[in-house]
Amino acid sequence: MPEDFAFTINGRAQTIRTEPERTVLEVLREDLGLTGAKYGCGEGRCRACTVLVDDKPVLSCVTPVKKIQGVVITSIEGLAQEDKLHPVQEAFLAEGALQCGYCTPGFVLQIVSLLRHNPKPSDEEIFDWLNPSLCRCCGYPGILRAVQRAVAAGKEAQ
Amino acid sequence: MNCHEESQPDRHELRESPRYRFEVSRRGFIQSLGAGLLICVQGGQLWAQQARGGQRTIAARLHIGEDGVVTVLTGKVEVGQGARTQLAMAAAEELRVSLDKIAMQMADTSMTPDDGGTYGSRTTPANVPEVRAAAAAARELLLETAAKEWGVARDVLKVDAGVIVETSGGRSLSFGDLAKSVKLAEVLRQRVPTDITLRKPEEWTVLGQPTVRLGTRDIVTGTHRYPSDMRLPNMLYGKVLRPPAVNATLKSIDMNAAESGENLVTVRDGDFIGCAAPSTFEASRAVWALAATAQWDIPPHPSSAELFQYLRAHTQSGGEGRRGGRPEEEGAVDEGFKAAAKVLEATYEVPYIQHVPMEPRTALAAWGNGAVTVWTATQRPDGVQGDVAEAFSLPRESVRVVVPDSGGGFGGKHSGEAAVEAARLAKAAGRPVLLQWTREEEFMWAYYRPAGLMDARAGLDDQGKLTTWQFTNYNAGGAGIGCPYTAPNRRIQHVPCDSPLRQGSYRALAATANNFARESFMDELAEAARQDPLQFRLAHLENERLRRVLEEAANAFGWAERRAKQEPGVGIGLACGTEKGSFVAACAAVRADAAKGTFEVLEICQAFECGAVQNPLNLRAQVEGCIIMGLGGALMEEATFENGVITSASLKTYTVPHLRDVPVLDIVLVNRPELPSVGAGETPIIAVAPAIANALFRATGQHLRRLPLRLKT
Ligand code: FES
Ligand code: FES
Repeated sequence: MPEDFAFTINGRAQTIRTEPERTVLEVLREDLGLTGAKYGCGEGRCRACTVLVDDKPVLSCVTPVKKIQGVVITSIEGLAQEDKLHPVQEAFLAEGALQCGYCTPGFVLQIVSLLRHNPKPSDEEIFDWLNPSLCRCCGYPGILRAVQRAVAAGKEAQ
Repeated sequence: MNCHEESQPDRHELRESPRYRFEVSRRGFIQSLGAGLLICVQGGQLWAQQARGGQRTIAARLHIGEDGVVTVLTGKVEVGQGARTQLAMAAAEELRVSLDKIAMQMADTSMTPDDGGTYGSRTTPANVPEVRAAAAAARELLLETAAKEWGVARDVLKVDAGVIVETSGGRSLSFGDLAKSVKLAEVLRQRVPTDITLRKPEEWTVLGQPTVRLGTRDIVTGTHRYPSDMRLPNMLYGKVLRPPAVNATLKSIDMNAAESGENLVTVRDGDFIGCAAPSTFEASRAVWALAATAQWDIPPHPSSAELFQYLRAHTQSGGEGRRGGRPEEEGAVDEGFKAAAKVLEATYEVPYIQHVPMEPRTALAAWGNGAVTVWTATQRPDGVQGDVAEAFSLPRESVRVVVPDSGGGFGGKHSGEAAVEAARLAKAAGRPVLLQWTREEEFMWAYYRPAGLMDARAGLDDQGKLTTWQFTNYNAGGAGIGCPYTAPNRRIQHVPCDSPLRQGSYRALAATANNFARESFMDELAEAARQDPLQFRLAHLENERLRRVLEEAANAFGWAERRAKQEPGVGIGLACGTEKGSFVAACAAVRADAAKGTFEVLEICQAFECGAVQNPLNLRAQVEGCIIMGLGGALMEEATFENGVITSASLKTYTVPHLRDVPVLDIVLVNRPELPSVGAGETPIIAVAPAIANALFRATGQHLRRLPLRLKT
């Protein structure tokens, strides 16, 4: 039976009425028109569907909507401030760190959350954090270059 | 002796015909194109009257707007391989405008030319020159037009950054201004001359520059709409009922089992059963309710455990030569073996693997006035147009296929299943329907790269010279089956087999399987001849381009020094090959623990050459991507199946490379500006597996002849 759910998405209060077992990914993509989070596997094994929930990365394809009552969600659409890209987005753009780009929103949000809690990660920490994220174009070297660029930009900013 | 002729580079591409054919009535076709109409009338219509591959007008390729923006029309799709950017660069280079003045109109069958599908690494050698020729011809016509307008001679004018200027420093006129005063569409309605001069690599200012993919900003902000992101007002989401096994047939089903609702549509049309609803959740729930009542016939089906015996026992006669049937033969093979000082033979095996593009098959279909528009991810927009037309018994013109830049292909999206399915549901619903396959559906119902066996047999004389080469490929395919090494007697054959699974094209097709077998076998031969694998290859190689990449890779890797000092547990190996006109060589280093049966790839050093480099940034990405994707097939990927069920239908059981699987990569891009550019999205995958297998032999003494590579304990 449909129920009401209220949460904040990209800075906006949102209420929806839907089945509690539907995934957050499906609700974002089909009800809210937010198609930036992608379906890649539906089983928590690719991270293309990453969104930030209360600042932590969450795999929206395996999260039922009943779990997000009252939370604050950031999807890839809410990351840039107006025209100003987030430094991680800037880094992907500067490095050309994508091929098809279908994995990119998920990677960007995973990296944003890594750098938020650890602005100067070691290579090991980067590998640990990003290893579960899948890029089937196998653009990992480019993605690493983008992470390093974003880390360096963060250091400069300090 | 010509062992790598490629007169029809896409002749090994594999195609499947559509699964369903529906009962539909014919209706007239009224197209409403909206903003695209202008281009369509100027380009598409003209194009439509020409035979495929025939000479096209400039207007069929280019449209110059009053804002000075040049729209390039192409039937090619962008799936991450870089066609959008490269074709835009090609046009900008010849028109002498900056890249931001180029707009790409790709893959919309209502307005773009049929460029023959996006596969076979054909964009670079075939379409880039076509676009360049059209752009160069347009530039010349614009100059002539301006000269006429001003009443001056053509040769006192030149084009600079999209502006026509008098070389004397007098008047100037932008393309946009010219478009305002002259009907450029008429001017461009001329055939592209065949003798047009293109700018030489040393003159290039756009081509040859490292260029970030166009549209990257929209991707990093999540605003780019992939096919699965397309939305229309009033649309529904669809789901198709799938059989429980690949060969199952439906005996009975209760079509009333799905809860009926105002917004729920259920369809049965022959073998096709599906539902559409306001959400995927509701559509899936309805399909599950139907599925619970379904009874199926499931005949026996071979399992992956017996795959290779099965293939060998189920050969087809097939056609001629490499397509199957009779072998291609040179010299005297049987005599060659009789006379040889040593004869070696070995069999190599590759399993089915899947492309696993990040975006599964998807389509949004909308009907109007008896015609249908489908937004979908496919590498063959014109092929899918035909598939949909055939399924619904429509004329081709009543089907419009649009392919937004998609989430990966790798040869896995030649077919239009989702397009046909979405169109069927949308027709029943009377509303647009979007359908996206799940990952599990991809593993169960999309096609695989063919599994195959390769029997290799060769004879050496008493000097360790290769005299005789015999190579038979069962089922994997004919691409890359030739032998680039000198051997006077040779017999090469591809034998098609009944495939237990649906199979089709894959990045580099069978070249990966054939190169794995041939290059692994070359190391076995080098060992028998007591020669260094590099020297043994060079001693049998005449092709200068292949020699060059082999030497470049070996030098960058430090082959000679590293062969000399043997570290315990560490092994090095190399492999090379040529396919689709480009050349690759890879050196690999591995560390193995033979007792535990484990190993790790430490490093891959690869040299790659594809003529004049057009976009070095994308070239590097393609080479890196091919190497890492190749690691998947070499080390971990393998579809398993039993009783018609894919038992590896999940990313949990079917593993693909992740960040930690990437070894140290050293990539040498060999630029040959004096040579024509060819594609680079496929060939760099073919040398990875044999280089690793050969390194493992060096480390452990084990010849591993099956992919994925596993040490015996
Ligand atoms: S789609 Fe969520 S992890 Fe793959
Ligand atoms: S860029 Fe295509 S999946 Fe990562």
